[in-house]
Amino acid sequence: MNRVLKFISVRWMVTYAVAYMIFLYAPVVLLPVFALNDATIIAFPLSGFTTNWFVVLWHTEALHGAIRNSLFVAVTAAILSTVLGSFAARASARYSFPAKRSIMGFIMLPLVLPEIIVAVALLVVMMRLGMSLSLWTVVAGHILICTPFAIAIMSSAFQGLDQSLEEASLDLGETRVGTFLRITLPLVMPGVISSLLICFTISLDEFIIAFFLTGTDVTLPVYIWSQLRFPTKLPSIMALGTILLVLSIGLLIIAEWFRRRASKKQGLEASPTGGFV
Amino acid sequence: MSVKCNKPIIELNKVTKSFGTFQALKGVDATIFEGEFFSLLGPSGCGKTTLLRMIAGFEEATSGTIVIGEKLMTGIPANKRPTNMVFQSYAIFPHLSVGDNVGYGLKTRKLPKAEIAAEVEKALKMVDLGGFSDRAAHELSGGQRQRVALARALVMRPKVILLDEPLSALDKKLRDQMQVELRNLQRSIGITFILVTHDQEEALIMSDRIAVMFEGEIAQLASPEELYRHPVSHRVASFIGVMNFLKATTTVADDQEITLNIPSLGTVSVPASYMPAGMDADTVKTIGIRPEMLTILFDDADKSMRRVEGTVTSTMYYGDMTYYSVKLSDHDDDVTISMRNTAGRSIVPTGGLVQVGWGVESIVLFK
Repeated sequence: MNRVLKFISVRWMVTYAVAYMIFLYAPVVLLPVFALNDATIIAFPLSGFTTNWFVVLWHTEALHGAIRNSLFVAVTAAILSTVLGSFAARASARYSFPAKRSIMGFIMLPLVLPEIIVAVALLVVMMRLGMSLSLWTVVAGHILICTPFAIAIMSSAFQGLDQSLEEASLDLGETRVGTFLRITLPLVMPGVISSLLICFTISLDEFIIAFFLTGTDVTLPVYIWSQLRFPTKLPSIMALGTILLVLSIGLLIIAEWFRRRASKKQGLEASPTGGFV
Repeated sequence: MSVKCNKPIIELNKVTKSFGTFQALKGVDATIFEGEFFSLLGPSGCGKTTLLRMIAGFEEATSGTIVIGEKLMTGIPANKRPTNMVFQSYAIFPHLSVGDNVGYGLKTRKLPKAEIAAEVEKALKMVDLGGFSDRAAHELSGGQRQRVALARALVMRPKVILLDEPLSALDKKLRDQMQVELRNLQRSIGITFILVTHDQEEALIMSDRIAVMFEGEIAQLASPEELYRHPVSHRVASFIGVMNFLKATTTVADDQEITLNIPSLGTVSVPASYMPAGMDADTVKTIGIRPEMLTILFDDADKSMRRVEGTVTSTMYYGDMTYYSVKLSDHDDDVTISMRNTAGRSIVPTGGLVQVGWGVESIVLFK
């Protein structure tokens, strides 16, 4: 045991950690670098500074449409998945019913199922049902893959909720609906926000299902993919990536700030959502 | 007993509760009176908390009925019952201030804000937390949380307040203090309290009457004094305090007197009134004597006491008291004797020969 510990010495661990970080984040750092580079070719050496690629984005109408579509899909999918996930999580945390384990297992399955299989299967089913492809079919597909995440987050939120709080509320004369609105919802709110953000993020950058199930309205990832065929568009895609990067980091910081504030207000050290965000 | 009025407030009629194949309550009958401090006492798993939750309306009875204030409670949910509960975990709403916690129930009654605030302050004063209204729930200590939970129930002016082991999370000193405070508060406002506890001392100190429960049944329902002095079974006797059991047989019995042969103490006659109701003289198999009813006779002892010789096998020194284990002749188990450590009285060492004094009036008869 001691020999093993000596072998994995502190120095080696640090080296490994640094190498891992570089591997993980170097490509991300390249994004803003080339977005601000004054050349259409993505290569070193850098030729100069420009904000031109951002200006190009501003004037690309098709991109704006894709962003609108993506926002619509992501927001709708996030809300519906969180609602569905909350119901399922609540049911599995509080009640016992026949075949509970297998039902929960089947709901969580899309988490490990290859997306391409989900996408093809959904496409076949929707074609058979005679449904025309639209943003709503993309929303349906995204709900399928987002709900397991929502359940995972909401389960820990409901498990951290002391059942006697709801009983106390009923005992004090409040109705079931009133208890949900005045006690349950405020206390699982950090979980709800986490779930909304995670589902939003998953839906926003999901490509395979969106690619298969989308009609004439494309989502952002599908649009980006379609633009990669044109080398001259590449720097502006880098600019778009930079904007998305800054936005998502900002979003996560805000979410984490909300979550910590909520935990602090409740005097809880351990947060109900754990380290999910 | 300080129960002024004998109007029943809660009536339990053959209440049973089953969880699957497990029978948590096997037919409980009891009447609880208005203004009474009533305790459900028993080891964990005896069904006392289940019974309390059924009175509160969180569980439905499998069979039998619960009547509160002359109204049948079957099918009536917790939020429509005239009871309020103080939870074991206190269940203080963590996202609300102290004032909003206490005023929570009044808000559901749609009272005007100013009236709620006044009532809340009054309830907080009752539990010595006047001016705490704006504090956040997480700023409170354990004892304060307990008081807030109590104020939250008091402010509703229910017919009955249910307390589920409310003091078990507090440290000993605070618990002792709260026991007295809680009892005094109950006496002064006159609301019926039902306390669930596994702590026999707590039940004795606080209650007007105690129902001792084992395995889903009430083993004995009596006042603390009655329960301690005249327990109906070995089990009740050993659950409430310490009891020495000695083998005994009835030799002669008539309407006036029962003569018993107790091998370790000798032959003794007790009045027939000592016989518990529903027990025959010839079914007496053991007698019980409390440790404080036995005395080690020192030089200053009352010479008129009955006495028997014994050998000290161990001593436990508690400061104010010493507990002796003493082996009596013809008795297999040692008896426990508690002695007050008065000035100038020395501790008898292990192995010492002692005279053990006892009185007929301290004898309890058992099957």
